[in-house]
Amino acid sequence: MDVRVHNIRKEFGRFPALDDVSLDIRSGELIALLGPSGSGKTTLLRLVAGLESPTGGTIFFGDEDASQKTVQQRNIGFVFQHYALFRHMTVLDNVAFGLKVRPGHRRPPAAEIRKRALDLLELVQLSGLDKRYPAQLSGGQRQRVALARAMAVEPNVLLLDEPFGALDAQVRKELRKWLREIHDRTGHTTIFVTHDQEEALELADRVVVMSKGAIEQVGTPDEIYDHPVSPFVYGFIGQSNCLAVTLQNGEIWFEDRPIGLRAPAEPDGPANLHFRPHDIELIDGCGGCLAGLVTASRRVAGTRHLELDLGRTHPPVEIELPPERAAAGDHSRIAFRPTKWKLFRDGERQTEDEKAEQQDVEESGETEAFELARTGT
Amino acid sequence: MTDTTKTAPWRFRQPSVLPGFGLSLGITLSWLVLIVLIPLSGLVFRASGLGWSDFVALTLDPRTLNALKISFGTAFLAAVINLIFGVILAWVLVRYRFPGKRVIDAMVDLPFALPTAVAGIALTTLYAPNGWIGQVIEPLGLKVAFTPAGIVVALIFVGLPFVVRTVQPIMEEIDKEVEEAAATLGASRFQTISRVLLPGLMPAGLTGFALAFARGVGEYGSVIFIAGNLPYVSEIAPLLIVIRLEEFNYAAATAIAAVMLAISFAMLLFINSIQAWSRRRYVYVA
Repeated sequence: MDVRVHNIRKEFGRFPALDDVSLDIRSGELIALLGPSGSGKTTLLRLVAGLESPTGGTIFFGDEDASQKTVQQRNIGFVFQHYALFRHMTVLDNVAFGLKVRPGHRRPPAAEIRKRALDLLELVQLSGLDKRYPAQLSGGQRQRVALARAMAVEPNVLLLDEPFGALDAQVRKELRKWLREIHDRTGHTTIFVTHDQEEALELADRVVVMSKGAIEQVGTPDEIYDHPVSPFVYGFIGQSNCLAVTLQNGEIWFEDRPIGLRAPAEPDGPANLHFRPHDIELIDGCGGCLAGLVTASRRVAGTRHLELDLGRTHPPVEIELPPERAAAGDHSRIAFRPTKWKLFRDGERQTEDEKAEQQDVEESGETEAFELARTGT
Repeated sequence: MTDTTKTAPWRFRQPSVLPGFGLSLGITLSWLVLIVLIPLSGLVFRASGLGWSDFVALTLDPRTLNALKISFGTAFLAAVINLIFGVILAWVLVRYRFPGKRVIDAMVDLPFALPTAVAGIALTTLYAPNGWIGQVIEPLGLKVAFTPAGIVVALIFVGLPFVVRTVQPIMEEIDKEVEEAAATLGASRFQTISRVLLPGLMPAGLTGFALAFARGVGEYGSVIFIAGNLPYVSEIAPLLIVIRLEEFNYAAATAIAAVMLAISFAMLLFINSIQAWSRRRYVYVA
């Protein structure tokens, strides 16, 4: 089912957790809400679920206005980070719960409920564990029970709040792949929240990058990674470097020299140059390039990460090289040039502001948690 | 590895490699023997000196039987009422914030601290036919003071903190997410409470119930003021024991005490095993 979020606002006390957010989710899509803590992604998910009520705006399920409906009426499936299983019920009873609590005329007969619960347990690969209690399962198994339980009610939309956040890295990777398979097989419209960009890029059809209660960018993983629309997205998705540069006659200058990159359409003035560590080429003999002294070098899987000091007050730049090329470069001077890069204007001032605001968000994040606790009944 | 376990002499299961198990078990056992076991076995010893037929005759005395019935019946009723209202009270204290919450929280413990005689006198004054509450309910045909109902009221008073204090910590550990999960699955508020929340509280509730019940059976101070103490009607077993002692009828006192001990122990054992059973079903995990 399509889900349309229309100009949603949510304030906790005076603190705006979401500020005029709109988002269209297509039926059958697997979509990730990605952002740092305090960005409003969980709040958005809980608003769609009906676990919070918006300060303003509407949410549509298909053509129906869902904003006025209660959680129970919305018929959604919600999976919590810490599973939230009913620990006094067996796995089977947990999965069957949503069907058992239906009012008489909509409740399937007991045998049918049991069959559907068992089928779902098979789907999540937990056949044979139906008589266990949640306490007797591993974390990964518990989360699969939680997913089966959420799917049992045949939800309009499946909502997952950091579903793998409490699991260890190995299990998380497995479950990620497995969730994708389940999604492809069942076709539920699915929204999941994560702060792990790798998870979002790997799993989702589309990624919604959020920051400070607003949507920064919506796009496929490729679009998000290759064409970030803002410095925030550039910095938050994947690794990136940011250098303060100057534009002069369509040429990019770093400090006192041009670095061989041209941006003809851009007006003169200060700007920030963003590029990823792996999007660089090494250059012999510097006649228009960036150059720095290698201050640190670490091996990460198939590549070598070098940290370069470009001098003065510039933050260190990180680049990635194949190990055989990097070996020669240790503790020496390296000249390079970004092959893929992007300029963002606003100069030094913006980055300063951003730092300050980042801190605000951290603080507001706490306020949010506090507010939740306070209004919680 | 297997070899060492085979050749090692039998010993208690070591809960950890840190020393201290032997010492602490020794202290625990001696303490228990000194404080609980010796006095109680003295009681059993005295009772066994009675001889079986005497013992049966003393126990089956109608006045004794009635006193036992009243003691256990009122204690049971009071514990049931305490269980219901104690859980509600704990719920309010755990889930809501309101002005004066801390004061109410502290007030729950007052029955622990107050001399029970004071409680008994206060309750009697309130519920007596000319007391504040008594004069309101008396015309309605409700007599509380000087009836078994009065005993129940007094036992509710002394037993309340047991339920609240055992249920409260468990309730605090229930994640709000569990309630939200139930709601997203379509459960109404009532279904959430009856199917999700209350079953999870059952072991703790049972503990509180058992404690309140045990306390109610043994309670003396507050009851004797409000009960009226009519033989066969509102005379509790502990009071009867005191009466027998005052009559220098040690044999009868011992017999009643031994029967009370046996019934209490059986009931506590029963409640504990229900608890152990339910706890096994859902081991507590974080």
